Amino acid sequence: MPIVKSNVKIAEHTYMLTIEGQFEGRMGQFYMVRAWSDYPVLSRPISIYDIQPESIVFLYHVVGEGTERFAALEQGDSIDLEGPFGNGFLEVSGKVALVGGGIGIAPLYFAARQLNKPDIYLGFSREAYLVEAFKPHANEVVCNVGGMIVNEIDYSQYDAILTCGPHVMMKALAERAKDSDAEVYVSLEKRMACGIGACLVCSVICQHGNKKACVDGPVFKAKEVNFDAEYGV
Amino acid sequence: MRNMACKLAGVHFKNPIVMASGTFGFGKEYTRLYDIQQLGGISGKGLTLQPKAGNTGIRVWETPSGMLNSVGLENPGVAAFLRDETPNWESLDTARIVNLGGGSIEDYVTGAELITEHENRLRRLGRSSIDMIELNISCPNVKEGGIAYGVQTETAREVVRQVRRATSLPLIVKLSPNAENIAGMAVMCEDEGADGVSLINTISGMKIDIKQRKSVFNNVYAGLSGPAIKPVALRMVHQVAQHVKIPIMGMGGIASAHDVIEFIMAGASVIQVGTYNFMNLRAGEQLVSGIMQFMEQENISSLDEIRGII
Repeated sequence: MPIVKSNVKIAEHTYMLTIEGQFEGRMGQFYMVRAWSDYPVLSRPISIYDIQPESIVFLYHVVGEGTERFAALEQGDSIDLEGPFGNGFLEVSGKVALVGGGIGIAPLYFAARQLNKPDIYLGFSREAYLVEAFKPHANEVVCNVGGMIVNEIDYSQYDAILTCGPHVMMKALAERAKDSDAEVYVSLEKRMACGIGACLVCSVICQHGNKKACVDGPVFKAKEVNFDAEYGV
Repeated sequence: MRNMACKLAGVHFKNPIVMASGTFGFGKEYTRLYDIQQLGGISGKGLTLQPKAGNTGIRVWETPSGMLNSVGLENPGVAAFLRDETPNWESLDTARIVNLGGGSIEDYVTGAELITEHENRLRRLGRSSIDMIELNISCPNVKEGGIAYGVQTETAREVVRQVRRATSLPLIVKLSPNAENIAGMAVMCEDEGADGVSLINTISGMKIDIKQRKSVFNNVYAGLSGPAIKPVALRMVHQVAQHVKIPIMGMGGIASAHDVIEFIMAGASVIQVGTYNFMNLRAGEQLVSGIMQFMEQENISSLDEIRGII
């Protein structure tokens, strides 16, 4: 069973968990993570923050019972991982922007490392974190605390925008980018049970029927997602 | 040689581990984790005649030792299942069970006819993709159909009777713990010619968000599953076993090989595993080896030795 290498508090309610071992995964994919035996019954879907030759890194926000247990993990503790699951971000070309909101920056670091120096926009409600970590992999990093990061972007200059964050932010971004040539890809967070497409707990309402966040996503073209029906906004 | 096998309504189960409807897709999702042909059988995602988008809003909520779900029978419909999934089922060496729900008696009957025609056509060609129909009269998450038919025995009787007439395939009826009289419901199924019963489906439950002052589920109620419901499920399987001769598929909160043995001792021929698949994606293959280990430890040569001994 994999072993915890470190579990460091990065910001309020926000931790970086590093697990020893050789792991596979593409940018935007996730693992089902479990740090307990039977209860809570469900594992937690956590996106890949980074993969190194001898470790995998997850960035998570403490929001409930499962992530509270993650926060209590210490070096040497064992942990269950199944994955990688999900489609991940597609390979994109041209001029690319990554836009993260809060804990939504998590899957973007791995993407930044694999893309060719994208522009990176990071928005936080109260406290910025890990901005310095992104800088070596970016053409430019724009950070906003307490405001609207989507207002800081000149959409016309991008061919593709990859985003992850609060659904309100992603919807606003998709609307602002609508008149540009940029293709917007959103990474959605949903409650999951199986993580492999069997239980239909994580269905996302799309323009042409439901899709599964765990296998068809978590990354979707923004224009594919019916934000109004999905989130009631 | 220890024998885990069982024959149920003429269908061979190589072991008593069957994956429960709604937790196992149509099987292929788990093939990246283990060879699902190690399993006794699989019950596919619950189907309705027409495709269904399922419920909106939150669909899952954890509870102490369990979970509530409100998927609402999202499924591609019978015709799409027959077209897209049965080619894969044809090549599977495990018992293949179609779970069929409905919004009206006519839908149930038409669905059963389509499934039966499809299978009979294949069998005339010396092929097969479906071994059995599991009639779902017990889904608590849809407003029409499902549990509407699963509470009162006399309402359910009409569905079972008409579907029995509509199919020559082995037919088992999945019972709801919310039934007014679970033993009476099982006796009715036996009287109407069902080949077996499976129980229990989820228990109707609820979760309120006290800050929002409303149910977390748009459909208000949801189905409780997982180890929390196992004692209730076991009692109901035992109770039904005292009243019918047709075989029972027992389920509800099974999360270990020892749980499986309990259900068999209570009278189940085979068991189904649902929520445990989410607790452990490799549950199926681990339960099969766990049963074998128990039989060796206890020097049991056939599960018939312990079936229904309580």
